[in-house]
Amino acid sequence: MRYLCLIYDNEQAWGKMPKEESDAVFGEYFTFTEGIKQSGQHLGGEALQPTPTATTVRVRNGKVTTTDGPFAETKEQLGGYYLIDARDLNDAIQVAAKIPSARYGSVEIRPIMEFTAM
Amino acid sequence: MSAEPDVVRERIEQLYRSDSRRVLATLIRLLGDFDLAEEAMQDAFTAAVARWPADGIPDHPRTWLVSAGRFKAIDRLRRRATFDATLAPMLRRVGESAEQPDVDDDQVEDDRLRLIFTCCHPALGMDAQVALTLREVCGLTTEEIAHAYLTPAPTLAQRIVRAKVKIRDANIPYQVPTRTALPSRLGAVLHVIYLVFNEGYSASSGSAVVRHDLSSEAITLGRLLVQLLPEPEAYGLLALMLLHDARRAARVSADGELVLLDDQDRSLWNRAQIAEGCTLVEKALTTGPVGPYGLQAAIAAVHCEAESANRTDWPQIVGLYDLLLRLEPTPIVELNRAAAVAMQEGPAKGLALIDAIVRRGQLGDYHHVHSARADLLRQLGRGSEAIEAYERALNLNTQEPERRFLSRRIAELRSA
Repeated sequence: MRYLCLIYDNEQAWGKMPKEESDAVFGEYFTFTEGIKQSGQHLGGEALQPTPTATTVRVRNGKVTTTDGPFAETKEQLGGYYLIDARDLNDAIQVAAKIPSARYGSVEIRPIMEFTAM
Repeated sequence: MSAEPDVVRERIEQLYRSDSRRVLATLIRLLGDFDLAEEAMQDAFTAAVARWPADGIPDHPRTWLVSAGRFKAIDRLRRRATFDATLAPMLRRVGESAEQPDVDDDQVEDDRLRLIFTCCHPALGMDAQVALTLREVCGLTTEEIAHAYLTPAPTLAQRIVRAKVKIRDANIPYQVPTRTALPSRLGAVLHVIYLVFNEGYSASSGSAVVRHDLSSEAITLGRLLVQLLPEPEAYGLLALMLLHDARRAARVSADGELVLLDDQDRSLWNRAQIAEGCTLVEKALTTGPVGPYGLQAAIAAVHCEAESANRTDWPQIVGLYDLLLRLEPTPIVELNRAAAVAMQEGPAKGLALIDAIVRRGQLGDYHHVHSARADLLRQLGRGSEAIEAYERALNLNTQEPERRFLSRRIAELRSA
């Protein structure tokens, strides 16, 4: 079964982190990604540019409106994701717990909705 | 080989009480769906009522019921699949499992554990865990649970439906956690059981002090868990619940008023239950590393073994709280320790400890802090401060008998 792991981090804390510390976290991310690639659970994943680069689009009554910034202002921001293959939720929780940001921020696990051809 | 209809009916009723939850737990594993399993279990008992009077009671009734339930479920799925093609994969899976029925006793007990751990899965909301456990593991009806929690039945039904949908759609597995995950997952199960017990023992709102039905359900759950998973903390929790519950008759006066531990008529305590609790405390303390439930049970045991409040072994209780504080450094534990210190070293000493907690900005909205302070101030003869503290406790407390108790104390002090 496929699960999306959404990684929420405090961007400001990231910005303030000394270089050697953030290098260490990047190293952990690299190791984690290699690990789930080797186990075959990695289906995809990207890091995102921080929220000041975000644009939110809405169409109301046929009119497109765009606003600066993310969908919601929150203390932690969506910073990246992994799409993983896991046996079940317990398996997905085990994988998500190894994402480095789980220790600083939080990881939201969402099962992918599968549409079967009728 | 026919049997007396009355004998058969009685046997089926008895089987329903003793084994319907076991049959359900196994059917959930075989069918992979809570609702389908629930229907199948009911169908199986209906089939027994129809068939056993003529065919006789089978040698292995539980195996018969599981097997009947599974075939009934396949029938239901086949009928529905005619109209709903999306059910085909489910029918295939259930059909496969039907080829090898696996219902030996060990497997059945594992199924019961699977059910408990699935209902108490931390990915479900706490309210949902409690409702689902009472519904699926204890077999309470939605109406009974709604009544016990003073919640409208539709709200509660909705909560259970949502939990089942999450189990299905997020694919929460029907399994006992691995060794590494067990301590934290067991903690979640114990927490749910203790919440149910406390809601029964000290209902968070409403007019009765004790809602016994929930306490006894929690004790039944605790007994089941100890039998299935004899871990130290499972012993500890069961001991703790039995020891608290043993004092039930003495906690409420004849006119429904709350009686504090110090003032309780100890001859009303259930001695047999205390003895059982004390034996379990020993198991909790000797079968492995002691945990918070084991320590709290040990504290309750010391209280239960004392002839009176004054003759309680307070130094031992303070020592146990010191250990508990190391495992659970929370202000609530600190507060309870302070109350024990007050008994050992006098009210002034206890009051200083409680004031230190409040000065740190903790527990300011917790009514027990103010009632504990009030009681110590009263003992120290500081009447007006005591009244003020009792009034704060009264404003924060929503439980009627406790409110009446606090009002009585205020009135006593005013007239003094």
